[in-house]
Amino acid sequence: MNPLRLLRRSFDHGVHPAHLKEQTADLPIQRVPFVNRYLMPLGQHIGAPSRAIVTVGERVRRGQKIADATAFVSTTLHSPVTGWVRKIEGFRSMDGSFAPAIEIEADPYATQQEERGDPLPWQSLSIEEFIAAVQEAGIVGMGGAAFPCHVKFSIPDGLKIRYLLVNGAECEPYLTNDHRLMLERPDDLLQGAEIVRRKIGAEETVIGVEVNKPDAIEILRRHVKPDQSVRIVPLQVKYPQGAEKMLIKSIFDREIPAGLLPRDVEVNVNNVGTIIAIFDYFERAIPLIERIVTVAGPGAAYPANLIVPLGTPVREVLRFCGGLKEETREVIMGGPMMGRPIASLDVPILKGSSGILAFTEAETAGRKEYPCIKCGRCVEACPYFLNPSRLARLSKARMFDEMREYSLMDCVECGCCTFSCPSNIPIVQLIRTGKDDLRNRKETEQ
Amino acid sequence: MTGLGLILSSILVVANRKLYVYEDPRIESVNDMLPQSNCGACGVPGCRAFAEELIAGKFTPGQCTVVTDVVSEEIAELLGVDVGGDEKRVARLACAGGSNVARQRVHYLGLSSCQAATLVAGGGKGCTWGCLGLGDCEEACDFDALFMNEHGIPVVDPDKCVACDDCVDICPKDLFSLEPVTRKLWIPCKNLQFGDAAERECEVACNSCNRCVADAAPGLIEMKHNLAAINYELNHLADRQAIERCPTGAIIWIEENGVAQKGVDAKKIIRKTSLPVG
Amino acid sequence: MTEKDPNLLLQHAPLLQQGMTTPQAMRDVLYALLPVTLAAVWFFGLGAILVLLASIAGAALTEWTFASQEKGGESLLDGTALLTGLLLGLTLPPGLPLWMAFLGGAVSIGLGKVIWGGLGHNLFNPALVGRAFLLATFPIAMTTWAPLTGADGFFTVQPSNLALPFMQSGTDAVTSATPLGLMKFEQQSTPLVNLIIGNTAGSLGETSGLLLIAGGIYLWMRRDLDWRIPVSILITVMIFSAILDMVDSTRFPDPLFSVFSGGMLLGSIYMATDPVTSPITPKGAWIFGVGVGLLVVLIRAFGGLPEGMMYSILLMNAATPLIDRYTQPRVFGRGKALT
Repeated sequence: MNPLRLLRRSFDHGVHPAHLKEQTADLPIQRVPFVNRYLMPLGQHIGAPSRAIVTVGERVRRGQKIADATAFVSTTLHSPVTGWVRKIEGFRSMDGSFAPAIEIEADPYATQQEERGDPLPWQSLSIEEFIAAVQEAGIVGMGGAAFPCHVKFSIPDGLKIRYLLVNGAECEPYLTNDHRLMLERPDDLLQGAEIVRRKIGAEETVIGVEVNKPDAIEILRRHVKPDQSVRIVPLQVKYPQGAEKMLIKSIFDREIPAGLLPRDVEVNVNNVGTIIAIFDYFERAIPLIERIVTVAGPGAAYPANLIVPLGTPVREVLRFCGGLKEETREVIMGGPMMGRPIASLDVPILKGSSGILAFTEAETAGRKEYPCIKCGRCVEACPYFLNPSRLARLSKARMFDEMREYSLMDCVECGCCTFSCPSNIPIVQLIRTGKDDLRNRKETEQ
Repeated sequence: MTGLGLILSSILVVANRKLYVYEDPRIESVNDMLPQSNCGACGVPGCRAFAEELIAGKFTPGQCTVVTDVVSEEIAELLGVDVGGDEKRVARLACAGGSNVARQRVHYLGLSSCQAATLVAGGGKGCTWGCLGLGDCEEACDFDALFMNEHGIPVVDPDKCVACDDCVDICPKDLFSLEPVTRKLWIPCKNLQFGDAAERECEVACNSCNRCVADAAPGLIEMKHNLAAINYELNHLADRQAIERCPTGAIIWIEENGVAQKGVDAKKIIRKTSLPVG
Repeated sequence: MTEKDPNLLLQHAPLLQQGMTTPQAMRDVLYALLPVTLAAVWFFGLGAILVLLASIAGAALTEWTFASQEKGGESLLDGTALLTGLLLGLTLPPGLPLWMAFLGGAVSIGLGKVIWGGLGHNLFNPALVGRAFLLATFPIAMTTWAPLTGADGFFTVQPSNLALPFMQSGTDAVTSATPLGLMKFEQQSTPLVNLIIGNTAGSLGETSGLLLIAGGIYLWMRRDLDWRIPVSILITVMIFSAILDMVDSTRFPDPLFSVFSGGMLLGSIYMATDPVTSPITPKGAWIFGVGVGLLVVLIRAFGGLPEGMMYSILLMNAATPLIDRYTQPRVFGRGKALT
């Protein structure tokens, strides 16, 4: 291990976008009141879509399970509100596809009073029961990818987890939801981490936080209890510090071989929001029915950190915090580097929606594209050591097979290349086109 | 030096004799008659491969969709086989939602390719299934058989189309298919929404009114997932009756020369300009 | 639900970008070359401006003629034609007939860039393609070095500047030898101070080592320049020429002379670093630099010409695709070195 790297606490390459977190970093989390309509898409996680277990017209309770997992890599859905199921049919989802969703009309008398149940006896659960419970709670990775969380906890025989790594890096600009959670619920976070650590048999919990959140580091350090085996690690501020593999490189100086997972280097990584969701389920019996969303960006009238019931339309969330400024031109779900633009404000908040960012003309317009001059800025930015310039050229020429030779599939679409490109070439989009083409072709061949 | 030259040349002579592979001379002459477009529509890679398969008797000359009938017959005569071949097929687009009839929900800004636009929230079009109109197919067509019209919808020239499958492959919305020209009834729509929901996105969408199902021969058309579907096994029963009462013109009648006609009840589209975005 | 939604756009993330754009990077190089250009005018008089303007005009006019048709002259605005013209001009001798400079500029863009498919597609450095063309076509004019004019001769224009196309230029032009020529043919060294300040004979922009380095540092600070290339070229040249110097110090110059004489600095800082024609990978940049360094010392020491910068860069340009192909960085999580 290189001792210099431990001092630096970072990975190689990457970029330094402005943090832009001042808008919301100091704003306490607020609750968004119920609106009258909720939309719960059945496929809001990675893996097989859930299957609805309610019927149209049925009355559902807040927290009641409304859809079941259909496979191991799949999870459940719970009603965010007390009300009636109005429709179960196709809706235009965020990615543009037409996919089934459950529409729930809220009971006008429904309240958001916290209905805490009795803590689950998690100490006595076996690991299999623990995994089943996490799936039953519908918990997915809350950082954005929405990968069903329980899958990560099922560790094949012969592998052992030594570290539970809690990802509090929050390297995307603008987003402050994890930051606020660490500040406002440090005890719950540490307790949730303790539950997971005990259950998966890890020796130590490591919480990685970028040093631009000194208050969070400070507060977590103060709240660690003597019986908890926790280490708080300050990280260099650099994008994409919060990417799983980069985080492990920064903290443990281990490079996860391509195709393998963190568990292969004895680490289990979870986002701060995920750990809080686990805490809520095991200590308060509340399944995943709401999440923290940061509303920010130059187009947001009143930026805020909000607790939003899942399924709330983006339009209603924005209305709660004053709507959009008139000059807004684009709304993005997630962070500005990896988020996805939405085409309609009717799409609902999903389990993986960490932010709603509104951008104006200044960020979106006037990007004239120039030819690639091979300046190499993208090559020096790519944290995966790919050659984005080459990949973009090949994609433009529709030479998708050659792209594979340049390790196309290792790209995680973090956006460092496009960020650093002086010629404004949409490299990430070109790379995604190539990936999409190869994937489609593979499907047709099968 | 002369000695060296002699030795080397004698090696060449020996090699030429030893390594000579007999090749049917007809392959060369058939290959010369083929179009050399190497389009792959026949199912083998390239014209020379097709010529080899022809000699081997695995294909018939008519299966090359690019050469004219006259040339096919010449090849058949040369080889002493039947012309054979499938009935003529052309590419057809299952969408008629040009910018003058279909709603554009947002502006898409980025790479000008349908494939890339699909990745950004499915593109700017209101209809989930509709043609994005950025012309990937026009670029993919090697035979100039496809051009984008003024409303951003690809139009296939049935005379030039050789049914090579390129547009079918490239369309990210899977809107193209190769259809025999004898299939005259056609539904240029893929919208699975019901009634007004479909018509809100596009004025020429199938609104699942069931009139064509009632008017056509029993079993020829049925309504599947809010969209009329034609059972082409009963194609011989097809007649113009089915299209006449369609209110949106979402079922059409295509003559073999490629002229498409809507029914008399179809609403008239007189707008020439694009619909506003939003 | 009647409030009006904003007219939304769909644009792929990331929406954030660092501020640099390609035209800005080109302008940066122009700024970095400004002091060198002024020094050229100072040392060689008004004729220098005329030569530079002629070569810029040739480049810009060609760009405008050929590249504008598709996109309405846009490619002229990104400043690359200007830069190519200026770089070419700076490599020309002060007394070159203007029409030759103009022709060189036209060839630079025409043969160096446009026929390859425009900016970003050329294999060879366009300015050097133009210079190689001129050197091959007009060898005498290209190796006739006008003497320094100094402050009093500021307004003098070399008579040879105004020669008419395809006429014999005046053979009575006053000439002087470049430091490299002196070294090669007369084993006579030039004081290092003169080389650094630039009051020696030579091409317009190659004489003042100090200003060239200053411009290079500016570009490095703006991150417009791959520092590995000039550093590796200069280090290779110093090491290699030190070895040769030890072998025979009368025939071969000392390392510092090698670095500061001829087109070494202009070439290694501004020409070899042309991003389009140099390797994109960091490892490739080192190989490229070492290659240029070795070739230039070899040509200078053993070739027929006193100067070899141009040919060594062009040769390594040709090797760039190959270098790029074999120096792809090790992808994260792949290959050796997994702990």
